[in-house]
Amino acid sequence: MNCRSEVLEVTVEARQVEEAMLALLHTILLHRSTGKFHYKKEGTYSIGTVGTLDIDCDFIDFTFVRVSSEELDRVIRKAVSEFKDALSNSGSDGMGQISLEFYQKKKSRWPFSDECIPWEVWSIKVNVVNLANEQERQICREKVGEKLGEKVINVVEVINRHEYLPKMPTQSEVDNVFDTSLKDVQPYLYKITFQITDSLGTSVSTTMRRLIKDTLAL
Amino acid sequence: MDSGLSPQDKKDLDKFIKFFALKTVQVIVQARLGEKICTRSSSSPTGSDWFNLAIKDIPEVTHEAKRALAGQLPGIGRSMCVEISLKTSEGDSMELETWCLEMNEKCDKDIKVSYTVYNRLSVLLKSLLAITRVTPAYKLSRKQGHDYVILYRIYFGEVQLSGLGEGFQTVRVGVVGTPVGTVTLSCAYRTNLAFMSNRPPDEEDGGAFVGVQDSQEVCTTSFSTSPPSQCVCTLSPSPSKLSKPVPLDNVQLPLAPGLVTHTLYASRLSYQPPAAAGPAELCHPAANPNQMMHGGKEGGVVLVPAHPVHGADAHLTVEHPPITPGSIGDDDSLSHSGDGRRDEGRRSASPSDPVEALNAFTRKIGAFVNKPSTQITAASLDLPFAAFAPRGLDSEENDPMVQPPDSPPCPSPLQASLHSQGSEGSGPQDDFVMVDFRPAFSKDDLLPMDLGTFYREFQNPPQLASLSLHISSQSMADDLDSLPEKLAVYEKNIDEFDAFVDMLQ
Repeated sequence: MNCRSEVLEVTVEARQVEEAMLALLHTILLHRSTGKFHYKKEGTYSIGTVGTLDIDCDFIDFTFVRVSSEELDRVIRKAVSEFKDALSNSGSDGMGQISLEFYQKKKSRWPFSDECIPWEVWSIKVNVVNLANEQERQICREKVGEKLGEKVINVVEVINRHEYLPKMPTQSEVDNVFDTSLKDVQPYLYKITFQITDSLGTSVSTTMRRLIKDTLAL
Repeated sequence: MDSGLSPQDKKDLDKFIKFFALKTVQVIVQARLGEKICTRSSSSPTGSDWFNLAIKDIPEVTHEAKRALAGQLPGIGRSMCVEISLKTSEGDSMELETWCLEMNEKCDKDIKVSYTVYNRLSVLLKSLLAITRVTPAYKLSRKQGHDYVILYRIYFGEVQLSGLGEGFQTVRVGVVGTPVGTVTLSCAYRTNLAFMSNRPPDEEDGGAFVGVQDSQEVCTTSFSTSPPSQCVCTLSPSPSKLSKPVPLDNVQLPLAPGLVTHTLYASRLSYQPPAAAGPAELCHPAANPNQMMHGGKEGGVVLVPAHPVHGADAHLTVEHPPITPGSIGDDDSLSHSGDGRRDEGRRSASPSDPVEALNAFTRKIGAFVNKPSTQITAASLDLPFAAFAPRGLDSEENDPMVQPPDSPPCPSPLQASLHSQGSEGSGPQDDFVMVDFRPAFSKDDLLPMDLGTFYREFQNPPQLASLSLHISSQSMADDLDSLPEKLAVYEKNIDEFDAFVDMLQ
């Protein structure tokens, strides 16, 4: 199958990077998470309940909704914080990209390891700017808030096309489709990676590939 | 109807659509309450959470939604709409957005009802959660409480978008195909937040909201810089006078359904009806720009001691500046002077005035085009910080606090520069290069002194006359001497005093 790929671009100030990334990643994950599956006899299952939480941003005039799961929030925050550090340490002109990839595992026979087949990739391109004075920062707060609103509408538009989604798995297959490690919610299997673009625009001067969700460990 | 659908599926589908409609209304209304929503995830299914989402059910909202639906389901040509509007404390209202749940004829016959449709409806609800935080009305609703409230109205039937003004935008939340039609959820929101000019009731034209062409002031969350007398905003005729075809039973409901003062936005106090003294003063901008500062002062006095409820309102006003243009000035001074009063008690002396005067300075530099400089008439220009002296005090010149006596206890080298012309250090010290230090918020057009000089000068204020020893002992001796004479006089007039006391009783 073809992997669906979506690109979102934002221009933010350095201190807004974290919240902007959290807002977009959490919005995507809200739509790509379900409640925990509880398999019963006869192959049926019931689904737990997903709660939601409003988060106000401190540096942006924006509020986003995320899944009510502290564990998931911690994982995402960790990834975003690494991305932010990489951006600020890179010495480049502040361009980078963070990607959220949803994939399925396909079991292969020994000695081949499992394949990870992505079915949806969201890439968020970030462009960091420096602002000179407080007035510009205030305008930036509002502008970035509006932009993020537009991005959320874009995300919702894509998701509501209801294109390919992995089939609901049987009990034995659930770990090939969903991340079952969290206590309270169950997102589709995902991984977050990022790249920092150097000033020449090429994507590898320091390419850092961090597998936050490494399910390949055998 | 669709013959391919089994009765069980049809029944399930109807149930899904009904509960989807109810949950949609809950999400929309809760998103406009003005508070952050928080629900918990639960790994063990309780069986009562529709679409596997924890969405609270506010009973009044469900009741209203069911009443609007009246046993019907959204269908082709029968849409369920939730209208969100804003109503100011003066009674004017404006539609902000209309959320529409519609059904069209495009059917998806092959789709599995109990599984795919259900899951897609769940995703659509999540999208609705996300989008309700993105439209402009969300920010307005988070700031509601004092000067305006957000109301909702649910109706069923034809979608009415005429109240949204010109240039309204539409955002589609999503669609879900079902065997009997495609469910569509969208939102049309107003982009033009212009209020219309104030028209007396007998001039109203009885039409729907006239729209942009009559507006005089753009009223957005960034405040108008016109003097308050020009931007009193009232609007189109109140809804009761409109000839809009609003069904009588669809009354606009405050977002605390049932009562205006009943709060679902629990973090704010209900807005008091305009009859109450405190908020009314805040909401009605002073006609005279010169009153602005005093207006705030009076408002502060009214709000803080007399009515604890209003005091809390004042506190909230500090945190959440209202939208009404012109009242920002009042609120600024209120927030400062109110705080000053709370912190410093009821001293009416100069400590609270510097804050207000500082406000006056701020306003002079800032947006307002009135003339606050006439308020601050320095008694004499070469007095240090004369503007901070209490206004209206004629004895300013005799006030030892303002004018230090000429025998200060400790001579400071900078004292010579106290009464000098400028802070450029044109004094006799030629071997020093004086750097013109202008700290932030310092005013150097009235007063030639900088903050450091002022501080050094007033660090050692002169002693109070009444406390100086030889004067006090002298007066004490005088008092003691005159005591027997006074007693004699009182005894003589004892009848008079008794009569007076009787009169009082």
